[in-house]
Amino acid sequence: MTQDIGQIWVYLSASPLLGLTITLLAYQGAFWIYQRTGHNPLANPVLIAVAALVLFLSLTSTSYETYFAGAQFVHFLLGPATVALAIPLYTQFKRVRSMLLPVLAGLVAGSLTAIVSAVLTARLFGASSATQLSLAPKSVTTPIAMGIAERIGGIPSLTAVLVIVTGILGAVGARFVFDTMKIRDPAIRGFAIGVASHGIGTARAFQVSEQSGAFAALAMGMNGALTALLVPWLVTII
Amino acid sequence: MLGALTQLLIFQLAGEVVARGLALPVPGPVLGMLFLFLALLLRGGPPAPLQTTSQNLLQHLSLLFVPAGTGIMVHLHRVANEWLPLALSLLISTLATLVVTALVMKLCSRAPAGEAS
Repeated sequence: MTQDIGQIWVYLSASPLLGLTITLLAYQGAFWIYQRTGHNPLANPVLIAVAALVLFLSLTSTSYETYFAGAQFVHFLLGPATVALAIPLYTQFKRVRSMLLPVLAGLVAGSLTAIVSAVLTARLFGASSATQLSLAPKSVTTPIAMGIAERIGGIPSLTAVLVIVTGILGAVGARFVFDTMKIRDPAIRGFAIGVASHGIGTARAFQVSEQSGAFAALAMGMNGALTALLVPWLVTII
Repeated sequence: MLGALTQLLIFQLAGEVVARGLALPVPGPVLGMLFLFLALLLRGGPPAPLQTTSQNLLQHLSLLFVPAGTGIMVHLHRVANEWLPLALSLLISTLATLVVTALVMKLCSRAPAGEAS
């Protein structure tokens, strides 16, 4: 009978079912903890879920490729979810239109800061060239950032990870930063978090308020487009 | 729900086709978002099923980043070698971006709008 468990594991570890199920389980567990802490940004659900999954996969010696064969079904939904961001954007359109100047100015300043400061800090502290290039698009959403990294000679899969960490840092740190700066306007808070930390910041902003979320979604979309234009040109001059 | 999901996929597909067809640097889903936004402007708002499905999808947006984030296990070696520049770069750059964006927006807002919170 004990041999059966081994055989069941052989089957499960080769099928996409396991990767998909543990992704959902890890996330729901992480979200439960996040709720229990009263939505404390330090208990970020992505951070907890990723840590739990890495631990589980390492302990069971499961490769990332095997895991991703199942998890890709969740990953795929990033596309339609990005499209769906048009709806909160539409709902908040009046407010966005009345803030056109601050939105555009904030976007350009934030986008440049994100790219230049990431590359220069990494260079200053001795990161390799491939690592520097992988960092350049780190503030935009995963699929865009990976595309940019590939074009400029970075490592796309490393960029994906750096993007996630950036998202978590922004989601965790934003409240402290804005409270210190005494920025209370939910539109500004949302937009800045969307520029700095894309979809993970946007997810966090939606948990705070619909208006913050809509501005974060707007920022994420605009910064994705602007960064895709700026990075290939900026990395040749800095 | 099924119809709404199909609509989202159609807009994503349209975005991909245009982005690749015209070799634009903007990714397909972002263009799809723009197309859907324009459609909503023309139509005067989303149909109820699309509204509900999108809300459900966006409610757990964080979940969708978990598979890519787990990819860190592939790069543990590089991360271990270059952890200091990586950590400082991500931390300084993310905080600087938050501060600069918020500050520029505040300075450009004519009236201190939205103080009521």
